Amino acid sequence: MRGVRVVEILSAIERRGGEQVTLPARLCDEGLSALPVSGVGIALMTVDGPSGVVLAATDERARQLEELQFALGEGPCVEASGSGRPILASDLVAAGTARWPRFGAAVLDAGVRAIFAFPLRVGAIHVGVLDLYRDTPGQLTALQFDEALAFAEAATVVVLHLQDYDEHDGTHAPLAEPIDNRAEVHQATGMITIQLGISLAEALLRLRAYAYATERTVSAVAADVVNRRLSFGDSGSGGTTRQERP
Amino acid sequence: MMSREQLLASTFVDLADTLVADFDVIDFLHTLAARSVQLLDADAAGIMLADAHGDLHVMASSAEEARLLELYELQNNEGPCLDCFRSGHPVAEEDLSAMRTAWPVFTLRLRQLGYHSAEALPMRLRNETIGALNLFRVRPGRLSEADLGIGQAMADVATVGLIQERAIASRELLATQLQTALTSRVQLEQAKGMLAQRTGLPMDQAFQLMRAFARSRNHRLSDVAAQIISRSIDDDQLRQRPHRP
Repeated sequence: MRGVRVVEILSAIERRGGEQVTLPARLCDEGLSALPVSGVGIALMTVDGPSGVVLAATDERARQLEELQFALGEGPCVEASGSGRPILASDLVAAGTARWPRFGAAVLDAGVRAIFAFPLRVGAIHVGVLDLYRDTPGQLTALQFDEALAFAEAATVVVLHLQDYDEHDGTHAPLAEPIDNRAEVHQATGMITIQLGISLAEALLRLRAYAYATERTVSAVAADVVNRRLSFGDSGSGGTTRQERP
Repeated sequence: MMSREQLLASTFVDLADTLVADFDVIDFLHTLAARSVQLLDADAAGIMLADAHGDLHVMASSAEEARLLELYELQNNEGPCLDCFRSGHPVAEEDLSAMRTAWPVFTLRLRQLGYHSAEALPMRLRNETIGALNLFRVRPGRLSEADLGIGQAMADVATVGLIQERAIASRELLATQLQTALTSRVQLEQAKGMLAQRTGLPMDQAFQLMRAFARSRNHRLSDVAAQIISRSIDDDQLRQRPHRP
């Protein structure tokens, strides 16, 4: 069923504890132990491209790979975020430097032989990129690819929640809940964006928080928004309270 | 007015024509859904594709009413689409009572929307089933053999069309294509929601407005969705389109 593995990953990193270690760092560590890769990194991205922020990296080389792409404006993570599709460069030596002239040369010098970059997106919401690198060439198997996608989904939830700066009301959706991909959830997100004049990312967070606070499923709340039984724009505080309409 | 044969021929040309630079996967699947209703004895058609976890997602529907989309989505629990995806074979039941036995919740919701039969045709690539074409009819009973053949041929052409880089159609590539298609579909839903809220239109009509605009300007549907989200087209522009007779 939906996202069982994603829930497992999110629960595992929540349990890991240790206040000083951030959630993205724990997710990278978890990814490193679950997948046959040499390093894992998560970078923030915006619609316009790299933000210049590396959220977490399992080692110095993983961090440098991210920073290099920011500096050069090219590379698999830049491409993955822009195109919205995973970029799988399983043999950087064989591929040569045609695709990413400057980045390609630099990573080969660093001893990196394969990079797999997964965009962290919910439709038009760009939150970042998950990068996996390996110092030996070779493709991911089908199972490893699915596992990497599950990590990318988990990372999307983690990074999205990091953007939730409004920590005051204490009504946040639990972390260990994957994004519900039903149509009405995304339609409701679009509607709430207009109702409150906020970004799609914030609107999705508000929707999830409201469902959590009212002990309903995200899709049930979304259906009410889509059917215009519930509007987020009615309340004075512009928050998670609302008026029911007959 | 095109004859059925002409429409059939032009459908196959459209479905095969995926190597153009402005290929848009959601638009493409929408064409398949819309043409299925025109060509086959069906009243609604929808396409569901599976993600890496085997969860089915609605990618396109001949009508974008929320209740119809729910009916496809419900099939993550039970329904012809799920059986078809799991078995890789066309799925249909003889009559309503057989449908009620096989899929009680799905059949109840189907009836509430005024349909009396449902079939699913697999979208297969070699040994892998990547999704299914769902056909709903107001009249009870099954599709004719001829319609089933045409429907399956359309599903097959569409599957091949989804795999743009055919020569290296690895599973990995397929998975990245499906991931991209899913992202496009989510973006489309977000844009529909924004437009529906701003205009007060129902979801279905918000979608029709976007699609008509994309068609009349020769824009990709995904680009129009992105422009609505980035607010680079406003609602008045969307409404300014050539009137059809």
